[in-house]
Amino acid sequence: MIINHPLLGPRDAAEFVYLGDAALIERPDWQASDAAEAFHEYGYLRDNPAGKHAELWYHEQGDRSWLVVTRDTVTHEITSVEMARDVARARGRSK
Amino acid sequence: MRYSALKILREGLTGNKGWKPVWREPDPKPEYDIVIIGGGGHGLATAYYLAREFGMRNIAVLEKGWIGSGNIGRNTTIIRSNYMLPGNEPFYEMSLKLWEGLEQDFNYNAMVSQRSILNLFHSDAQRDAFVRRANAMFLAGADAELATTDQLRAELPFLDYDNARFPIKGGLFQRRGGTVRHDAVAWGYARGADARGVDIIQNCEVTGFDIENGKCRGVQTNRGAIRARKVAVCVAGSSGRVMAQAGMRLPIESHVLQAFVTEGLKPVLPGVITFGAGHFYVSQSDKGGLVFGGDIDGYNSYAQRGNLPVVEDVAEGGMAIMPMIGRARLLRSWGGIMDMSMDGSPFIDKTDIDGLYFNGGWCYGGFKATPASGMCYAHLLARDTPHPVATQMRLDRFKRGNLIDEKGQGNQPNLH
Repeated sequence: MIINHPLLGPRDAAEFVYLGDAALIERPDWQASDAAEAFHEYGYLRDNPAGKHAELWYHEQGDRSWLVVTRDTVTHEITSVEMARDVARARGRSK
Repeated sequence: MRYSALKILREGLTGNKGWKPVWREPDPKPEYDIVIIGGGGHGLATAYYLAREFGMRNIAVLEKGWIGSGNIGRNTTIIRSNYMLPGNEPFYEMSLKLWEGLEQDFNYNAMVSQRSILNLFHSDAQRDAFVRRANAMFLAGADAELATTDQLRAELPFLDYDNARFPIKGGLFQRRGGTVRHDAVAWGYARGADARGVDIIQNCEVTGFDIENGKCRGVQTNRGAIRARKVAVCVAGSSGRVMAQAGMRLPIESHVLQAFVTEGLKPVLPGVITFGAGHFYVSQSDKGGLVFGGDIDGYNSYAQRGNLPVVEDVAEGGMAIMPMIGRARLLRSWGGIMDMSMDGSPFIDKTDIDGLYFNGGWCYGGFKATPASGMCYAHLLARDTPHPVATQMRLDRFKRGNLIDEKGQGNQPNLH
């Protein structure tokens, strides 16, 4: 697989480390009253779809950036690559 | 129809015209006591043991494709019980004992070959860890045997003992481990279940669950609705897809694992050998091909094929312990889809939906578990209590903090 890095251009997926579902960006509020339940879901439960899947890849052997890669889990086709930083900021995750 | 040497002789003399299909092809009935979704090894074993051990007959096994088309026909055929944790080891040892009596039990030649499995170790620390594992195996009644390099050199002269980076310091044998003809396992269980009245329905894909007021009353399929008192999902690899139809999220990711086979060679490997410093395992099939594999590709996938970086990694693992493998030409490679769970261990459990049961999360160790998985799932379905060796394989164990994490990797499925 080739991941088209937004800054570095097309790179071999072997340069990256895979973390998992991009929903991991949405870390629950640890002070919420349902935090235990929310962290169980966050840490252990997954959608695991057959089809389009937004996921986190880390460019370990490159610029060490985190990317959100949207990839089809049935065909392995990659349809979009974004900087995870941009995705997280757009969702108000970081100031 | 029972198989025997006499039967083979008689058929051989009469033109082999008396062999018949070993299971029927029934149309689905409108209602069953138990509907098992998934006609793989585990689903068929579940049906077989439900009929044989628990006297239940009104059972259907629904299979989307044909019997043997899934992971039961795509694995590397290894059986063993060299686990460590109390939540796992008694279960896998029961499985190995069931393998040992399987062919007589279901009167079918599954070519169970206890040719041994050897886990190599490459450092003092790893030896200590393997000694600990061996002692845990003894506690569950399994066999284990520590071998020195001198013993190994005599038995397996072709390994690269003096490898500069990963010298071989010894190994842990389980002599009762080995290989089994994987397709024959599916056929044997299917035949045994069918003979006891189980309906095996192929080309029948489940498209939805009929859930009313928190109770599962049946399934929708491409061959019509089927009502059932209990619905047993047993579709490891596709668990995420199937359980999503019941609105459930699972502690599972689907990953692709590749396997490889070389051209046929003269007998060279006496048993199964695994590399301790990387991930590589190899055995030789009865046809002569070296059957081997290594790590999963490491990203979510439902495609039954992998990518080249893992092929390279597996080949490097092979060359590191067994340089002669470089002379063999690769004949085929293929991929299968694994339910990778959050702690590397499986689930055999009820779900929160009444009447809906779940078996999955086998990571890449499902084949060896086939008989025990079937037995324990049948026990759960028939009695509504977990089998004594499967009490920890629960869906809610993460919530309770009772993980069964053999490798201590945490909730990162691609590391298990």
